[in-house]
Amino acid sequence: MEVRSMFFKQSASMKLDDPVLQAAMKRAKGKFVDGRAKAVADVDAWEAIRAHAARLRDRTIANLDAYLVEFERNAVRRGAQVHWADSAEEACAILVKIAADNGVRTVTKSKSMVSEEVNLNERLEAAGVTVVETDLGEYILQLAKEPPSHIVAPAVHKSKEQVADLFVAAHGKPRLTDIPAMTAEARSELRRHFLGADMGISGANFVIAETGTTLTVTNEGNADLVTTIPRIHCVITGIEKVIPTLEDFATLIRLLPRSATGQSIANYLTLTTGVKAPGETDGPEQMHIVLVDAGRTRLVGSDMQEMLRCIRCGACMNHCPVYQNVGGHAYGWVYPGPMGSILTPAYVGLENAGDLPNASTFCGECAVVCPVQIPLPDLMRKLREQQFDRKLRPFGERFGIAAWSFAARRPALYSALTRIAARVASWLGGRDKLIHKLPGLDGWTQGRDVPAPSGKTFRELYRQAKGKR
Amino acid sequence: MKVGLFVTCLVDLVRPGIGFATIRLLEAAGCEVVVPEGQTCCGQPGYNSGAREASIALARKVLREFRDCDYVVAPSGSCSGQVKVHYVEDLFRDAPDRAEFVALAAKWHELSDFLVNVLKVTTVPACIAGNVTYHDSCAGLRELGVKAQPRALLAMAGASLTEMPDCEKCCGFGGTFSVKLGEISTRMAANKCEGIHASGAGIVAGGDLGCLLNIEGRLRREGDHATRVAHFAELLAGEG
Repeated sequence: MEVRSMFFKQSASMKLDDPVLQAAMKRAKGKFVDGRAKAVADVDAWEAIRAHAARLRDRTIANLDAYLVEFERNAVRRGAQVHWADSAEEACAILVKIAADNGVRTVTKSKSMVSEEVNLNERLEAAGVTVVETDLGEYILQLAKEPPSHIVAPAVHKSKEQVADLFVAAHGKPRLTDIPAMTAEARSELRRHFLGADMGISGANFVIAETGTTLTVTNEGNADLVTTIPRIHCVITGIEKVIPTLEDFATLIRLLPRSATGQSIANYLTLTTGVKAPGETDGPEQMHIVLVDAGRTRLVGSDMQEMLRCIRCGACMNHCPVYQNVGGHAYGWVYPGPMGSILTPAYVGLENAGDLPNASTFCGECAVVCPVQIPLPDLMRKLREQQFDRKLRPFGERFGIAAWSFAARRPALYSALTRIAARVASWLGGRDKLIHKLPGLDGWTQGRDVPAPSGKTFRELYRQAKGKR
Repeated sequence: MKVGLFVTCLVDLVRPGIGFATIRLLEAAGCEVVVPEGQTCCGQPGYNSGAREASIALARKVLREFRDCDYVVAPSGSCSGQVKVHYVEDLFRDAPDRAEFVALAAKWHELSDFLVNVLKVTTVPACIAGNVTYHDSCAGLRELGVKAQPRALLAMAGASLTEMPDCEKCCGFGGTFSVKLGEISTRMAANKCEGIHASGAGIVAGGDLGCLLNIEGRLRREGDHATRVAHFAELLAGEG
């Protein structure tokens, strides 16, 4: 996917003025935030499970090489082929080749953010393969020719009316606006694709080392059909998704749906292990698992390593007041919200991530809800430090910070400057004691006044008061 | 008991009354208050903008200035979080003088927390008439657990508290965020003002001047000149 994160500020500005998006975001906030709170309240030892899961993820990432090799061994033992992709480019090339080698003309896909990351659909279609997204949200976006705006609910930014128009254009049937009826229509459209596809591509929420299993969590059951009906099943996922055991999955699945959608468990947990065995009637003849690095190993051992714990629940964005107001597209790449503000610079380069590490007030809600305790604000701060050191922030900002810290370390100078500032600002405030416009502070004064200082600093007044005592 | 007042740079520059209100509250509770003269800033603006070295230098300055105090109190959850959490867990996590910062953190308190949990006050100087709604500032709430303390103090002053919807939601201030990403920040402030108006309270109180300036700035721009925006210390001390 093209990286447009440099334009975060401009995109966000447009999104703030988009009434359809604003209405959608308000609906989503109610659903995700309240839903999670209720689901979490039902679990007695929530905090203990979070801490356990964080340690489990850390331990796995620290031994990533060993667990990946164990996974490969067990997957191969069950007849799957494991492919290692260093880059996005390589991941696409592997899948295009599998399709070409097997005369694949049609592909059904269940949701995969990694496939968005590597631009897979575009590459397959360039090779003459028809790709159909089968997750309802992804299907809608494929019709709309838009990228997802959320990692769990990709079409959360769309209104029912927009979807109705897309369905009329694509299906040529009478316009429906009743959601169950619209869903049924999409379902019947998708059915023939499910049954006729040569190849199914799924993502994986986790891959399990001890069994060689790949695992997909869905609410629509589409992953079941994508992974079992076609003669070839391909999995594309990031190398950090490996977990040691099925029991570890039992821990993580207590956290994932509750954090993501407020469900105690998702409707479908699709575990796929190897190919159709002799005597079995269902399952693919070939199974290919593409394990994608594309920047992940760079994070191991770096300041950003904790980010590899992420289990892609979307709770950080659901609770982020910035995301809640601008939606996911403003972030300009695959991953939005706080996790995206870290993964985008990590995977496509800090110099291409623009304002993303600064798109946070550090309110801390994301860190509180993260099911694997990723200290998201701390990681964003570290990225800001890298931006500062690499002079990636505007000169004015760097100069301002440098001047401020120079003065703040010199009390006499600081005192003189603040005395002047307090007086000037007080005078600017005029009779109503409000500053309506202040050069250099346009970002503030465009939508807010500045309550003016009273005219003297505390330290002056305190000295005077002490003198009188 | 010698209590050092960390005034905070914003209070020093913009609303000195909050500093005097804090002194009044501490003295009324029997503390000897000292105000180290050379103090400026805890270093948070630089820290959150990526200027780590500068914030380390400022942190050492804060440490020196308050070394002789039994306690340090700040009328801010944000500056207190910087000292109690970020000095210890990040800036000086691996430094040879970490123990000194741990000691500083241990004796450092956000004002409402100090009054309620250390001094265990049961009365406050002022009597507050009218409905108050309370905005929970992020750092105080999530880094320090400041939630019940200011509400308890306001109740001691006789205030009737009407909660606003989403009282724990960020107001959009975020330090330099409010200028760097001003439009988003403004929208968040506007959402907060909507909540304040929904509460029907005539006074909105909080514990961090940054948030209060942001909220007041937005209320006034929207044409609301009636709702009073105050630091809880001003209300409790009967000043301002």
